[in-house]
Amino acid sequence: MKFYGEGLPGVDATHLAGKLIVIEGADGSGRSTQIEILKDYLEGRGHATVDVGLRRSTLVSEELQEAKQGNVLGEITRSLFYATDFADQLENRIIPALRAGFIGLADRYIYTLMARDIVRGADRDWVRSLYGLALVPDLLIYLRVSPSQLVERNFRKNATLDYWEAGMDLGLSRDIFDSFIRYQRLIQKEFTLMQQEYGFNAVNGNRSIRSVAGEITARVEGLLGI
Amino acid sequence: MKSSQFTELPGRLVAVEGLDGSGKSTQLYLLKRWLELRGLKVFFTEWNSSVIVKKATSKGKKRHLLTPTTFSLIHAADFADRYERQILPLLKAGYLVLCDRYIYTAFARDAVRGCPRTWLHNLYGFARRPDLTLFFDTPLPVALTRILAGRPQLKYHEAGMDLGLSADLHESFRLFQERIYHEYLAMRDERGFVTIDGSATIEAQQQSVRDLVSGAFDLPSYRWKSMG
Repeated sequence: MKFYGEGLPGVDATHLAGKLIVIEGADGSGRSTQIEILKDYLEGRGHATVDVGLRRSTLVSEELQEAKQGNVLGEITRSLFYATDFADQLENRIIPALRAGFIGLADRYIYTLMARDIVRGADRDWVRSLYGLALVPDLLIYLRVSPSQLVERNFRKNATLDYWEAGMDLGLSRDIFDSFIRYQRLIQKEFTLMQQEYGFNAVNGNRSIRSVAGEITARVEGLLGI
Repeated sequence: MKSSQFTELPGRLVAVEGLDGSGKSTQLYLLKRWLELRGLKVFFTEWNSSVIVKKATSKGKKRHLLTPTTFSLIHAADFADRYERQILPLLKAGYLVLCDRYIYTAFARDAVRGCPRTWLHNLYGFARRPDLTLFFDTPLPVALTRILAGRPQLKYHEAGMDLGLSADLHESFRLFQERIYHEYLAMRDERGFVTIDGSATIEAQQQSVRDLVSGAFDLPSYRWKSMG
Protein backbone atom coordinates (compact mmCIF):
# COMPACT_ATOMS: atom_id res chain seq x y z
CA MET A 1 0.00 0.00 0.00
CA LYS A 2 1.05 3.60 -0.21
CA PHE A 3 0.35 6.99 1.31
CA TYR A 4 -1.21 9.96 -0.43
CA GLY A 5 1.66 12.20 0.54
CA GLU A 6 4.75 11.72 2.58
CA GLY A 7 2.99 9.45 5.01
CA LEU A 8 3.85 8.67 8.59
CA PRO A 9 7.36 8.87 10.01
CA GLY A 10 8.63 5.45 10.92
CA VAL A 11 5.83 3.56 9.15
CA ASP A 12 6.59 1.42 6.12
CA ALA A 13 3.40 0.87 4.14
CA THR A 14 4.85 -1.53 1.59
CA HIS A 15 4.31 -4.70 3.59
CA LEU A 16 0.75 -4.32 4.77
CA ALA A 17 -0.95 -7.61 4.06
CA GLY A 18 -4.55 -6.50 4.59
CA LYS A 19 -6.92 -4.42 2.50
CA LEU A 20 -8.55 -1.12 3.29
CA ILE A 21 -12.10 -0.51 2.11
CA VAL A 22 -13.68 2.90 2.64
CA ILE A 23 -17.35 3.76 2.41
CA GLU A 24 -18.09 7.47 2.20
CA GLY A 25 -21.40 9.28 2.14
CA ALA A 26 -23.56 11.68 4.13
CA ASP A 27 -25.61 10.73 7.20
CA GLY A 28 -28.58 8.83 5.81
CA SER A 29 -26.72 7.58 2.76
CA GLY A 30 -26.83 4.04 4.12
CA ARG A 31 -23.16 3.82 5.02
CA SER A 32 -23.48 2.01 8.33
CA THR A 33 -26.05 -0.43 6.97
CA GLN A 34 -23.83 -1.26 4.02
CA ILE A 35 -20.81 -1.72 6.25
CA GLU A 36 -22.73 -4.19 8.42
CA ILE A 37 -23.79 -6.15 5.36
CA LEU A 38 -20.26 -6.15 4.00
CA LYS A 39 -18.85 -7.23 7.34
CA ASP A 40 -21.22 -10.22 7.47
CA TYR A 41 -20.36 -11.07 3.91
CA LEU A 42 -16.60 -10.96 4.49
CA GLU A 43 -16.61 -12.73 7.82
CA GLY A 44 -18.90 -15.39 6.37
CA ARG A 45 -16.11 -16.09 3.89
CA GLY A 46 -13.44 -16.24 6.56
CA HIS A 47 -11.95 -12.77 6.28
CA ALA A 48 -11.12 -10.96 9.53
CA THR A 49 -12.34 -7.37 9.58
CA VAL A 50 -11.80 -4.31 11.70
CA ASP A 51 -14.17 -1.33 11.88
CA VAL A 52 -12.94 2.22 11.90
CA GLY A 53 -14.71 5.53 11.67
CA LEU A 54 -14.35 9.18 12.52
CA ARG A 55 -14.30 10.49 16.06
CA ARG A 56 -13.42 7.19 17.65
CA SER A 57 -9.96 7.90 19.02
CA THR A 58 -9.73 8.55 22.74
CA LEU A 59 -6.85 11.00 22.39
CA VAL A 60 -8.96 14.06 21.58
CA SER A 61 -12.46 12.67 22.17
CA GLU A 62 -13.37 15.21 24.85
CA GLU A 63 -12.16 18.10 22.73
CA LEU A 64 -14.20 16.94 19.74
CA GLN A 65 -17.24 16.49 21.93
CA GLU A 66 -16.85 20.05 23.19
CA ALA A 67 -16.32 21.27 19.66
CA LYS A 68 -19.60 19.70 18.62
CA GLN A 69 -21.45 21.37 21.44
CA GLY A 70 -20.44 24.92 20.80
CA ASN A 71 -18.45 27.36 18.81
CA VAL A 72 -15.46 27.43 21.11
CA LEU A 73 -12.99 26.34 18.47
CA GLY A 74 -11.73 28.20 15.44
CA GLU A 75 -11.92 26.52 12.03
CA ILE A 76 -8.24 25.61 11.81
CA THR A 77 -8.18 24.32 15.37
CA ARG A 78 -11.19 22.13 14.74
CA SER A 79 -9.68 20.80 11.51
CA LEU A 80 -6.54 19.89 13.39
CA PHE A 81 -8.45 18.08 16.12
CA TYR A 82 -10.18 15.97 13.51
CA ALA A 83 -6.86 15.34 11.81
CA THR A 84 -5.38 14.26 15.16
CA ASP A 85 -8.28 11.89 15.74
CA PHE A 86 -7.81 10.44 12.27
CA ALA A 87 -4.03 10.08 12.56
CA ASP A 88 -4.35 8.39 15.95
CA GLN A 89 -6.73 5.77 14.57
CA LEU A 90 -4.68 5.29 11.45
CA GLU A 91 -1.52 4.58 13.40
CA ASN A 92 -2.95 2.71 16.33
CA ARG A 93 -5.81 0.81 14.78
CA ILE A 94 -5.87 0.68 10.99
CA ILE A 95 -2.20 0.04 10.26
CA PRO A 96 -1.67 -2.62 12.94
CA ALA A 97 -4.77 -4.45 11.66
CA LEU A 98 -3.63 -4.24 8.04
CA ARG A 99 -0.23 -5.48 9.06
CA ALA A 100 -1.95 -8.50 10.62
CA GLY A 101 -3.85 -9.20 7.40
CA PHE A 102 -7.26 -7.84 8.40
CA ILE A 103 -9.65 -6.08 6.07
CA GLY A 104 -10.26 -2.57 7.37
CA LEU A 105 -13.80 -1.28 6.89
CA ALA A 106 -13.80 2.47 7.24
CA ASP A 107 -17.08 4.22 7.90
CA ARG A 108 -15.96 7.55 6.35
CA TYR A 109 -12.35 8.57 5.83
CA ILE A 110 -10.38 11.69 5.02
CA TYR A 111 -12.68 12.81 2.19
CA THR A 112 -15.51 13.78 4.52
CA LEU A 113 -13.04 15.67 6.70
CA MET A 114 -11.55 17.42 3.70
CA ALA A 115 -14.91 18.36 2.21
CA ARG A 116 -16.14 19.71 5.56
CA ASP A 117 -13.01 21.81 5.97
CA ILE A 118 -13.09 23.14 2.42
CA VAL A 119 -16.73 24.24 2.49
CA ARG A 120 -15.83 26.10 5.70
CA GLY A 121 -13.15 28.06 3.92
CA ALA A 122 -10.03 25.95 4.38
CA ASP A 123 -7.43 26.17 1.66
CA ARG A 124 -7.59 23.11 -0.65
CA ASP A 125 -3.84 22.63 -0.83
CA TRP A 126 -3.50 22.96 2.91
CA VAL A 127 -6.06 20.24 3.54
CA ARG A 128 -4.63 17.99 0.85
CA SER A 129 -1.14 18.19 2.27
CA LEU A 130 -2.42 17.73 5.83
CA TYR A 131 -4.01 14.42 4.86
CA GLY A 132 -0.98 13.33 2.89
CA LEU A 133 -0.44 11.20 5.99
CA ALA A 134 -3.33 8.92 5.01
CA LEU A 135 -3.07 5.50 3.39
CA VAL A 136 -4.58 5.18 -0.07
CA PRO A 137 -7.47 2.72 0.31
CA ASP A 138 -7.72 -0.35 -1.88
CA LEU A 139 -11.37 0.38 -2.59
CA LEU A 140 -13.27 3.60 -2.15
CA ILE A 141 -17.03 3.60 -2.40
CA TYR A 142 -18.99 6.84 -2.37
CA LEU A 143 -22.70 6.45 -1.69
CA ARG A 144 -24.30 9.27 -3.55
CA VAL A 145 -27.79 10.11 -2.36
CA SER A 146 -29.80 13.18 -3.34
CA PRO A 147 -30.21 15.77 -0.57
CA SER A 148 -33.99 15.32 -0.63
CA GLN A 149 -33.60 11.57 -0.04
CA LEU A 150 -31.15 12.29 2.76
CA VAL A 151 -33.68 14.54 4.46
CA GLU A 152 -36.35 11.88 4.22
CA ARG A 153 -34.10 9.17 5.67
CA ASN A 154 -32.80 11.39 8.48
CA PHE A 155 -36.32 12.31 9.48
CA ARG A 156 -37.47 8.71 9.36
CA LYS A 157 -34.55 7.64 11.56
CA ASN A 158 -34.21 10.50 14.06
CA ALA A 159 -37.20 12.72 13.42
CA THR A 160 -34.72 15.59 13.28
CA LEU A 161 -31.80 16.95 11.29
CA ASP A 162 -28.38 17.10 12.92
CA TYR A 163 -27.02 20.62 13.47
CA TRP A 164 -23.62 19.82 11.92
CA GLU A 165 -24.91 17.67 9.07
CA ALA A 166 -27.13 20.62 8.23
CA GLY A 167 -24.06 22.89 8.29
CA MET A 168 -25.89 25.31 10.58
CA ASP A 169 -22.56 26.77 11.72
CA LEU A 170 -22.04 28.14 8.21
CA GLY A 171 -25.01 30.46 8.43
CA LEU A 172 -26.35 29.43 5.01
CA SER A 173 -29.88 29.77 6.31
CA ARG A 174 -31.50 30.06 9.70
CA ASP A 175 -33.96 27.41 8.63
CA ILE A 176 -32.47 23.98 9.34
CA PHE A 177 -34.24 22.25 6.45
CA ASP A 178 -33.10 24.84 3.96
CA SER A 179 -29.58 24.83 5.44
CA PHE A 180 -29.38 21.03 5.27
CA ILE A 181 -30.21 20.97 1.56
CA ARG A 182 -27.79 23.74 0.72
CA TYR A 183 -25.01 22.32 2.86
CA GLN A 184 -25.32 18.81 1.44
CA ARG A 185 -25.18 20.26 -2.07
CA LEU A 186 -21.94 22.04 -1.20
CA ILE A 187 -20.47 18.84 0.22
CA GLN A 188 -21.55 16.84 -2.84
CA LYS A 189 -19.94 19.41 -5.08
CA GLU A 190 -16.66 18.91 -3.19
CA PHE A 191 -16.98 15.15 -3.51
CA THR A 192 -17.51 15.52 -7.24
CA LEU A 193 -14.36 17.63 -7.46
CA MET A 194 -12.42 15.00 -5.50
CA GLN A 195 -13.85 12.09 -7.48
CA GLN A 196 -11.31 12.17 -10.30
CA GLU A 197 -8.29 12.83 -8.17
CA TYR A 198 -9.00 10.19 -5.55
CA GLY A 199 -10.70 7.57 -7.71
CA PHE A 200 -14.10 7.29 -6.04
CA ASN A 201 -16.41 4.52 -7.10
CA ALA A 202 -19.66 6.44 -7.00
CA VAL A 203 -22.59 4.19 -6.17
CA ASN A 204 -26.13 5.44 -6.59
CA GLY A 205 -27.42 5.19 -3.03
CA ASN A 206 -30.97 6.21 -3.85
CA ARG A 207 -31.82 2.58 -4.59
CA SER A 208 -32.83 -0.25 -2.26
CA ILE A 209 -30.42 -1.56 0.39
CA ARG A 210 -30.23 -4.86 -1.43
CA SER A 211 -29.28 -3.49 -4.83
CA VAL A 212 -26.69 -1.12 -3.33
CA ALA A 213 -25.23 -4.04 -1.37
CA GLY A 214 -25.11 -6.10 -4.56
CA GLU A 215 -23.07 -3.46 -6.32
CA ILE A 216 -20.69 -3.02 -3.37
CA THR A 217 -20.20 -6.78 -3.02
CA ALA A 218 -19.37 -7.08 -6.69
CA ARG A 219 -16.67 -4.43 -6.34
CA VAL A 220 -15.26 -6.09 -3.23
CA GLU A 221 -15.18 -9.43 -5.03
CA GLY A 222 -13.26 -7.74 -7.79
CA LEU A 223 -10.77 -6.40 -5.26
CA LEU A 224 -10.25 -9.70 -3.47
CA GLY A 225 -10.32 -11.77 -6.62
CA ILE A 226 -13.21 -13.92 -5.40
CA MET B 1 -7.69 30.64 5.54
CA LYS B 2 -4.72 32.22 3.87
CA SER B 3 -6.47 35.50 3.17
CA SER B 4 -5.25 37.34 6.24
CA GLN B 5 -1.75 36.01 6.03
CA PHE B 6 -0.08 38.59 3.86
CA THR B 7 -2.23 41.64 4.46
CA GLU B 8 -0.74 44.40 6.54
CA LEU B 9 -2.14 44.43 10.08
CA PRO B 10 -1.82 47.26 12.57
CA GLY B 11 -0.17 45.07 15.22
CA ARG B 12 3.32 43.61 15.25
CA LEU B 13 4.45 40.07 15.97
CA VAL B 14 7.65 39.28 17.83
CA ALA B 15 8.78 35.69 18.35
CA VAL B 16 11.64 34.31 20.37
CA GLU B 17 13.21 30.96 19.58
CA GLY B 18 16.06 28.94 21.00
CA LEU B 19 16.88 25.88 23.06
CA ASP B 20 15.43 25.19 26.47
CA GLY B 21 17.72 27.07 28.84
CA SER B 22 18.80 29.58 26.19
CA GLY B 23 17.45 32.44 28.32
CA LYS B 24 14.83 33.48 25.77
CA SER B 25 11.89 33.43 28.21
CA THR B 26 13.74 35.70 30.66
CA GLN B 27 14.55 38.08 27.84
CA LEU B 28 11.00 38.11 26.51
CA TYR B 29 9.68 38.76 30.01
CA LEU B 30 12.00 41.74 30.42
CA LEU B 31 10.96 43.04 27.02
CA LYS B 32 7.30 42.71 27.97
CA ARG B 33 7.88 44.61 31.22
CA TRP B 34 9.66 47.39 29.37
CA LEU B 35 6.88 47.74 26.80
CA GLU B 36 4.15 47.62 29.44
CA LEU B 37 5.86 50.24 31.57
CA ARG B 38 5.91 52.49 28.54
CA GLY B 39 2.13 52.14 28.35
CA LEU B 40 2.01 50.07 25.17
CA LYS B 41 -0.53 47.45 24.15
CA VAL B 42 1.26 44.16 24.71
CA PHE B 43 0.12 40.57 24.65
CA PHE B 44 2.27 37.63 25.65
CA THR B 45 1.63 33.99 24.73
CA GLU B 46 3.69 30.87 25.14
CA TRP B 47 4.05 27.55 23.38
CA ASN B 48 1.76 24.71 24.37
CA SER B 49 -0.45 26.79 26.64
CA SER B 50 -3.91 26.69 25.08
CA VAL B 51 -6.47 25.77 27.73
CA ILE B 52 -8.58 23.79 25.30
CA VAL B 53 -5.76 21.63 24.05
CA LYS B 54 -3.98 21.17 27.36
CA LYS B 55 -6.05 18.18 28.43
CA ALA B 56 -5.41 16.27 25.23
CA THR B 57 -1.73 17.05 25.31
CA SER B 58 -1.23 15.93 28.86
CA LYS B 59 -3.39 12.85 28.38
CA GLY B 60 -1.40 11.81 25.34
CA LYS B 61 1.92 12.53 26.95
CA LYS B 62 1.13 10.80 30.21
CA ARG B 63 0.02 7.60 28.55
CA HIS B 64 2.74 7.79 25.91
CA LEU B 65 0.02 7.51 23.28
CA LEU B 66 1.62 9.99 20.97
CA THR B 67 3.43 9.19 17.77
CA PRO B 68 5.52 11.86 15.99
CA THR B 69 2.47 12.65 13.83
CA THR B 70 -0.10 12.98 16.59
CA PHE B 71 2.42 14.81 18.78
CA SER B 72 2.88 17.28 15.94
CA LEU B 73 -0.85 17.63 15.20
CA ILE B 74 -1.77 18.24 18.84
CA HIS B 75 0.82 20.96 19.16
CA ALA B 76 -0.39 22.46 15.89
CA ALA B 77 -3.95 22.44 17.29
CA ASP B 78 -2.68 24.18 20.42
CA PHE B 79 -0.96 26.80 18.32
CA ALA B 80 -3.96 27.20 16.00
CA ASP B 81 -6.25 27.74 18.98
CA ARG B 82 -4.04 30.52 20.35
CA TYR B 83 -3.53 31.89 16.86
CA GLU B 84 -7.20 32.04 15.90
CA ARG B 85 -8.47 33.31 19.22
CA GLN B 86 -5.67 35.58 20.39
CA ILE B 87 -2.66 36.20 18.18
CA LEU B 88 -4.49 37.15 14.98
CA PRO B 89 -7.34 39.16 16.56
CA LEU B 90 -4.85 41.05 18.73
CA LEU B 91 -2.67 41.86 15.73
CA LYS B 92 -5.80 43.23 14.09
CA ALA B 93 -6.45 45.26 17.22
CA GLY B 94 -3.00 46.83 16.98
CA TYR B 95 -1.15 44.98 19.74
CA LEU B 96 2.49 44.08 20.04
CA VAL B 97 2.15 40.31 20.30
CA LEU B 98 5.06 38.54 21.98
CA CYS B 99 5.38 34.80 21.38
CA ASP B 100 7.60 32.64 23.53
CA ARG B 101 8.29 30.08 20.79
CA TYR B 102 6.52 30.13 17.47
CA ILE B 103 6.15 27.75 14.52
CA TYR B 104 9.92 27.30 14.23
CA THR B 105 9.87 25.35 17.48
CA ALA B 106 7.54 22.88 15.81
CA PHE B 107 9.64 22.84 12.65
CA ALA B 108 12.73 21.98 14.68
CA ARG B 109 11.28 19.50 17.17
CA ASP B 110 8.95 17.68 14.80
CA ALA B 111 11.59 17.40 12.08
CA VAL B 112 13.91 15.83 14.64
CA ARG B 113 11.09 13.39 15.44
CA GLY B 114 10.96 12.46 11.75
CA CYS B 115 8.00 14.44 10.41
CA PRO B 116 8.53 15.47 6.77
CA ARG B 117 9.61 19.11 6.57
CA THR B 118 7.33 20.04 3.67
CA TRP B 119 4.36 18.58 5.53
CA LEU B 120 5.26 20.65 8.61
CA HIS B 121 5.65 23.84 6.62
CA ASN B 122 2.24 23.31 5.06
CA LEU B 123 0.69 22.40 8.42
CA TYR B 124 1.64 25.81 9.81
CA GLY B 125 1.00 27.54 6.49
CA PHE B 126 -1.81 29.58 8.04
CA ALA B 127 0.54 31.40 10.42
CA ARG B 128 1.94 34.83 9.64
CA ARG B 129 5.65 35.32 9.51
CA PRO B 130 6.74 37.29 12.59
CA ASP B 131 7.84 40.88 12.07
CA LEU B 132 10.85 40.07 14.22
CA THR B 133 12.19 36.65 15.17
CA LEU B 134 14.92 36.60 17.80
CA PHE B 135 17.05 33.49 18.00
CA PHE B 136 18.87 33.08 21.28
CA ASP B 137 22.05 31.33 20.36
CA THR B 138 23.41 29.80 23.51
CA PRO B 139 26.20 27.23 23.43
CA LEU B 140 24.73 23.80 24.03
CA PRO B 141 26.69 23.06 27.24
CA VAL B 142 25.50 26.36 28.76
CA ALA B 143 21.86 25.67 27.92
CA LEU B 144 22.13 22.12 29.22
CA THR B 145 23.71 23.21 32.49
CA ARG B 146 20.96 25.77 33.07
CA ILE B 147 18.19 23.27 32.48
CA LEU B 148 19.75 20.40 34.33
CA ALA B 149 20.65 22.59 37.32
CA GLY B 150 17.17 24.04 37.61
CA ARG B 151 15.09 20.99 36.74
CA PRO B 152 16.90 17.76 37.54
CA GLN B 153 13.74 15.77 36.85
CA LEU B 154 13.30 15.91 33.08
CA LYS B 155 9.99 14.89 31.57
CA TYR B 156 9.77 12.07 29.06
CA HIS B 157 8.99 14.08 25.92
CA GLU B 158 11.03 17.06 27.03
CA ALA B 159 14.06 14.78 27.09
CA GLY B 160 13.08 13.37 23.70
CA MET B 161 12.89 9.88 25.22
CA ASP B 162 10.31 8.92 22.59
CA LEU B 163 13.04 9.10 19.96
CA GLY B 164 14.95 6.27 21.58
CA LEU B 165 18.27 8.08 21.29
CA SER B 166 19.46 6.84 24.66
CA ALA B 167 18.02 4.98 27.62
CA ASP B 168 19.56 7.58 29.92
CA LEU B 169 17.31 10.60 30.46
CA HIS B 170 20.09 13.18 30.58
CA GLU B 171 21.98 11.73 27.66
CA SER B 172 18.77 11.57 25.62
CA PHE B 173 18.06 15.21 26.45
CA ARG B 174 21.55 16.23 25.37
CA LEU B 175 21.32 14.39 22.05
CA PHE B 176 17.79 15.71 21.42
CA GLN B 177 18.78 19.32 22.13
CA GLU B 178 21.82 18.98 19.93
CA ARG B 179 19.67 17.92 17.00
CA ILE B 180 17.19 20.73 17.60
CA TYR B 181 20.04 23.20 17.72
CA HIS B 182 21.15 22.07 14.27
CA GLU B 183 17.62 22.45 12.95
CA TYR B 184 17.58 26.04 14.23
CA LEU B 185 20.90 26.80 12.59
CA ALA B 186 19.64 25.41 9.29
CA MET B 187 16.55 27.67 9.46
CA ARG B 188 18.30 30.79 10.68
CA ASP B 189 19.07 32.51 7.38
CA GLU B 190 16.14 31.27 5.37
CA ARG B 191 13.65 32.41 8.02
CA GLY B 192 15.37 35.69 8.76
CA PHE B 193 16.16 35.08 12.43
CA VAL B 194 18.04 37.83 14.24
CA THR B 195 20.63 36.16 16.44
CA ILE B 196 21.19 37.25 20.01
CA ASP B 197 24.34 36.07 21.74
CA GLY B 198 22.91 34.01 24.58
CA SER B 199 26.23 33.84 26.38
CA ALA B 200 26.30 37.61 27.03
CA THR B 201 25.00 38.98 30.35
CA ILE B 202 21.26 39.27 30.90
CA GLU B 203 21.56 43.07 30.85
CA ALA B 204 23.58 43.17 27.66
CA GLN B 205 21.17 40.81 25.89
CA GLN B 206 18.18 42.84 27.02
CA GLN B 207 19.80 46.02 25.73
CA SER B 208 20.22 44.41 22.29
CA VAL B 209 16.63 43.18 22.35
CA ARG B 210 15.25 46.61 23.26
CA ASP B 211 17.41 48.30 20.63
CA LEU B 212 16.20 45.87 17.98
CA VAL B 213 12.55 46.34 18.93
CA SER B 214 12.68 50.12 19.04
CA GLY B 215 14.57 50.13 15.75
CA ALA B 216 12.06 47.87 14.04
CA PHE B 217 8.79 49.41 15.23
CA ASP B 218 7.36 52.85 15.80
CA LEU B 219 6.67 52.11 19.45
CA PRO B 220 4.72 55.26 20.43
CA SER B 221 2.02 54.26 17.93
CA TYR B 222 1.21 51.20 20.07
CA ARG B 223 0.14 53.26 23.10
CA TRP B 224 -3.29 52.77 24.56
CA LYS B 225 -5.46 55.40 22.95
CA SER B 226 -7.22 56.13 26.23
CA MET B 227 -3.89 56.82 27.89
CA GLY B 228 -3.22 59.49 25.34
